[in-house]
This record gives sequence, C-alpha cells and structure tokens, in this order.
Amino acid sequence: MSTAAVIADKFLPGLDRVPVWLNDPANWTGPNGLLERIGQHLGYSVSAVVVALLIALPLGLVIGHTGRGVFLVVGLANGLRAVPILGLLLLLVVWLSPHLHARLTVPGLIPPGGFAYIVPIEIALVLLAIPPILSNTYAGVQAVDPAVRDAGEGMGMRGSQVIWQVEFPCALPLVMSGLRSATLQVIATATVAAYVPFLGGLGRFILDGQDQLTNLRYGYPAMVSAGIVVAVLAVVVDLLLALVQRLVVSRGVAERYRRRRGVRAVPEPA
Amino acid sequence: MNLWSYLQQHSGDLAGWTWTTVWLAALPLLVGLAIALPLGWLASRLRWTYPPLVTATGILYTIPSLVLFIVLPGLLGTRILDTVNVAVALTAYTVALLVRIVADGLSSVSTTTLSAASAMGYTARQRLFGVQLPIAVPVIGAGLRVAAVSNVSLVSVASIIGVPQLGRMFIDGSNLSTLGPIVDGLIAFVVLALVFDGLILLGIRTLSPWAKQALA
Repeated sequence: MSTAAVIADKFLPGLDRVPVWLNDPANWTGPNGLLERIGQHLGYSVSAVVVALLIALPLGLVIGHTGRGVFLVVGLANGLRAVPILGLLLLLVVWLSPHLHARLTVPGLIPPGGFAYIVPIEIALVLLAIPPILSNTYAGVQAVDPAVRDAGEGMGMRGSQVIWQVEFPCALPLVMSGLRSATLQVIATATVAAYVPFLGGLGRFILDGQDQLTNLRYGYPAMVSAGIVVAVLAVVVDLLLALVQRLVVSRGVAERYRRRRGVRAVPEPA
Repeated sequence: MNLWSYLQQHSGDLAGWTWTTVWLAALPLLVGLAIALPLGWLASRLRWTYPPLVTATGILYTIPSLVLFIVLPGLLGTRILDTVNVAVALTAYTVALLVRIVADGLSSVSTTTLSAASAMGYTARQRLFGVQLPIAVPVIGAGLRVAAVSNVSLVSVASIIGVPQLGRMFIDGSNLSTLGPIVDGLIAFVVLALVFDGLILLGIRTLSPWAKQALA
C-alpha cells in the first residue's frame, strides 16, 4: 500500500456510502460491474465444487463401504486444514503457471492468457472442497445401520448395488451437509482469486480498492459492498442447496436423520 | 529452489513477523473462549436462547475473513491496516465456532451425574464449575483445536491487506516469482498450527486426565 493510501486511510468513507454504492445501477451492469463479477465468482466456485464432488464422492463411498483408507482420510482432512490456502494458491501460481501454455478462453470466465492462472485457483479451491465432502461421505456410509446393509446383501445385491441403492441414499443427508459446507468455504475463498493475474471474481473490488480507499466509486465503499455481496451469495447458494437436499433426500431417511441430531459438519471460515 | 536465501535477507523481520502471527492467532482464541463460555452456558441453560445464538453465529461463518478485515475499520473506526481488525475478526470466528460446542458440551453431561453432584450437596455454581465444565473439557478442547488451526491459517489472509506477519512470505514469493519464500511460509504456518494444536492437546490432557482414551 502506498504512503498516499496510508494517509488517505485516516479519512475512510463511512459505511453509509455502501447502500449508496449498491443502489447505483452503473455499479451493477456493464463490463467489470457486479453482475459480471458475480458470474465469474460463481463460475470459479461451482466448477471447483463439481470437480471436488466427482473426486470425493466416489472415494468417500468406497472408503466408507470397505473401511479401508480411513486413516488416510482423517490425516488428509486434518493436514489440509493447517495449510493456508493463500500460500497454496501462490505456490501453484509461481510453480505451475509458467508451464501452462494452452490458449483456452471462455468468454466472461477465462480471459485470453488467463488459462495458466485459472488452473492454480481451481486446484486450490478443489483441494479446499475435498475434505468436507470426503469425510462426510465416509462418515455417512459408516453410520448406515448394518442391518439395512445386510438386508440389501440378503436380497442378492452386488457390492456396487449396495453402495448406490442402499448406502448412498442413506448417507445422502450427511453428503449434502458436507457439500454445503464445502460450497460455503469455496465461495468465501474464491475472493482470493483476484490476487492472481488476469482473474476477476468479487475479490477484484476488494483488491483494487486498496490503493484508492477514499475513492467513492472504486475505493472503500466498493470493497465493503463487494464483501457483502460475497456473504449474501454464500447464504443464497446455501439456501438453494438446502432446497436440493429436501428434494433429493428420501423422506424416510430424512426423518430418521432428524432424530439423530447434531451431525452437521462444522464449516470453517475461509 | 533456495529456501535459505530469503530467510537470510529477512532475518531481521522474521522475529517480528512470527510474534505478530502468534499473538494474532492466540489472543483471539483466549478472548473468544472467554466470551463463548458464558454464551454457551446461557444457550445450554435457557433452551430458547439456543436457536438464535447458534443461527447468528452460523451466519457469521459465511462472511469471508478478507471481507471482515475490511468491514471492521468502518464499524470500529480503526485504520484499515490496524492489526486490531484482524484480532477482532478472528475473535468473532472463534466465538462463532465455540458457542455451539460449549452449549452442546455442557448439555451432554448426563443427568445422573448432575443428580449425584446435587445429592452430594453441590450448589448450582459448584456443580457447574466442579462437574459440568470439567466433563465438557474434551469436547470444548476439540472445538478449540479446530479454531486454533483455522485462526493460524486465516492470519495469512491478512497479508493481502498488508498487515506485516508471516503471510508476507507468500506475497513476496509471488511478487518475486520465486518458490523459496512461499515454501518457507507454508512450512512456518503448518509448524505453527501443529504447535498450537499440541499445546491445546496438552492442556486438555492436563485438565481431564481421565479422558485419555477418548482423545486418542
């Protein structure tokens, strides 16, 4: 931060400028407006959560079913928690990005030249999202009543059928709660993407505002507004996933789940 | 990759950065625990206070740390670079995590145990401090371990807004495009997290020697 910014720091615009900023349509539409940044932010977050789900869900189901690799899961989840995500991200940027030369561009999401930088942030976000999904899936399968599993096997189901038709539906409430806490963390952390060259997302406002704090359009009011939008986005997506959870979880399972209280994974701030 | 050259160049800063990182992670943990204990007790004592307290703290968790670091100056009237912002934000997260755990921990003490204490002539206060709280120590301690590890990692985020601490290594490494400082920083943060974790584990074992098996 420049000395000019430090001096300006004493005269920060008040938080009353925040509603004014959010009420200005010019800040929402147009290039680099809130809507575009929200799109990018969701793009980074959703793709990371989907990839994490594709990795963690099958792995969690198999580990839960066979009981093998439990030690690995617990160790991985605890170990990853201690690694600061900012350090991991910047490590990947410095290490990987110079070796990535693909010219893939996606309008609005990956700008020209941005591919080399989107890969590190996606890897970091996927690594962030895997532990909650993995450990909840595994715990959910482990918690399935052995009598239910035996019934499935007694009906002549094969191992894979038991996993998909018995254990997975029964573990779904816990899987969903893992998915929800992973999504919350990823949306919050995707703010850091703006620290990487070429990338946007809502963190852009926060980082760009630092050098012009007193600027009423790009400074402190924009930073706080973008921060509030991130928090609201996280809550809205969580509510949507809660709705999905209601729709996909079998009613019988949900009722039994409600009686077993207090199993939702503790989310972490990011 | 040279891990030493950066450390040698910044040997003068390292002690200060480490100290800032340590107190920024540790102080919120202690203050947060001091606030969460009475709040958690309230939530376990008066059932109607449980849902609002747990919901409110749950919402706090959805706010990204970077956002909280920059909103707090506006709310508290502090300067944007002030480390107080980081300390307050981390305290809020610690309270958010612990209130529910303290409440659940205190409620989980069996009624038989509580009746036994009452029958022995314990007053309500003696029962709380002499029976309920010690029995809840392993549960609260487990929550404290999660909070400590996440606090240490969150301190590094503060380097984005320029608070000088060990997270500076990530920013410097990124600016210089060299891996050395970043790897140094990652090692430092993981070691720090392990030290905090170990100290809390030691504290739990000292305070609840009967619960050794449960912890292992």
